[in-house]
Amino acid sequence: MSLELVCPAGNLPALKAAVDNGADCVYFGFRNSTNARAFAGLNFDSETAKQGIRYARERGCKVLLALNTFPQTAQWHIWRQAVDDAVELGVDALILADLGLMRYASRTYPNLRLHLSVQGSATNYEAINFYHEHFGIQRAVLPRVLSLAQVENVVKHTPVEIELFGFGGLCVMVEGRCILSSYATGESPNTAGVCSPAKAVRWQQTPKGLESRLNGVLLDRYGADENAGYPTLCKGRFEVEDETYYALEEPTSLNTLALIPDMLRMGISAIKIEGRQRSPIYVEQVTRVWRAAIDAAKRDAAYYAVTPDWMAQLGKLSEGQQHTLGAYYRPWK
Amino acid sequence: MSQPAFTFPRPLGQLIEHLPAWPPSFAFTRILNLALRQVIRRRDLQALYGKRISIHVTDAGLHLHFTVLPTGFSAAAGNVEADLAISASAYDFYLLAMRREDPDTLFFNRRLVVEGDTELGLVAKNTLDAIEHPMLELERIFPRHLLARMKARLWV
Repeated sequence: MSLELVCPAGNLPALKAAVDNGADCVYFGFRNSTNARAFAGLNFDSETAKQGIRYARERGCKVLLALNTFPQTAQWHIWRQAVDDAVELGVDALILADLGLMRYASRTYPNLRLHLSVQGSATNYEAINFYHEHFGIQRAVLPRVLSLAQVENVVKHTPVEIELFGFGGLCVMVEGRCILSSYATGESPNTAGVCSPAKAVRWQQTPKGLESRLNGVLLDRYGADENAGYPTLCKGRFEVEDETYYALEEPTSLNTLALIPDMLRMGISAIKIEGRQRSPIYVEQVTRVWRAAIDAAKRDAAYYAVTPDWMAQLGKLSEGQQHTLGAYYRPWK
Repeated sequence: MSQPAFTFPRPLGQLIEHLPAWPPSFAFTRILNLALRQVIRRRDLQALYGKRISIHVTDAGLHLHFTVLPTGFSAAAGNVEADLAISASAYDFYLLAMRREDPDTLFFNRRLVVEGDTELGLVAKNTLDAIEHPMLELERIFPRHLLARMKARLWV
């Protein structure tokens, strides 16, 4: 297994853009709260899913379905139905976070390939091996909290394929456990499939700057020359002890192009690109850069170098137009 | 913050700013109806029905006001506050319509401003993104192309 490029698809044109520009896998979600990008107008119904799967298959690209939210008791049937529908559609794998759903999927469809979502929040090999032993998961997406050395240690002690996030928006890194959005709106990604539901978001130009509010809570106020970010509580600027700053997290994007040779050496199976909520042109641009970079590293890892052109293209697309190696780069670890 | 490659000439923009908004709104909705009627499923726009949308082409001084009805897009008067207001330069609207630039990218860069009901904006964005081809295939509405189509009909 060699470093697959896993790209996001919020709609059919984005899926095609990913396939056409060199994705090895695309991942998508249904049009309901069974996935963590349950935004109005986004995602696939059964007809577009069928078309997308056919398009990808014909071009040698695998299709993964994200069922990465946590069912509530009263709506369990919606998630179960989504598993059944995915099998009917013939996706290559399900990306699951919830234990109950994993049990249902593995018992009902023993041959179905399962991936453990980042929302499952498994950061050590014991946890990953538990999922492997009980539900036969074949791949785990690691939360964005581990250093490269810690990732390598996980890879060495598990038969499960490891997928890492390579590029895209960062979240506050309590993956699968964050309810900040619920604090202000009653809905959060893990339950309702949406962080900062759009109905609770208001943007307003004021004499002091562009204000973003979540259910009335002021998240940020941007000066004329400041780049804006997503209107999430974790990326807001707050007054803490007479100082106003990004008290939780700065709006920034993960960009790990520089780490591809390390990932190859360590035996990482796949790199995930974040952004099902983004437009087809984003998917096209990011996929093209990452395809070129992975191919270059595979040709000759020793002489691999990140080009300024790649960085410029990805930098332009980044939230806050800043990027970071995230937790992967912790030389002291 | 990067600047757009093209900016509408300022005197022209100032002039247009003072012209009535209804005629361009009317023309715009006709183009929208022509360009989108075939490609958007009606039910995808249901959330926008009856909502007042305004588009402000900042450098061109152009204000477009319309509503979305089950029958299509319809021009509206500009004297009522819009439910959803979108502002950008002519060049950035062109980039968005041609799918050369990602709306989130322009939004992060402060080149695209969305005010009012954010959910309506998201519905509009996601519905347009889900269309298989760019929203405006300019060739289809170029006079040359229209003439060619008329000629072809005459010859048959």
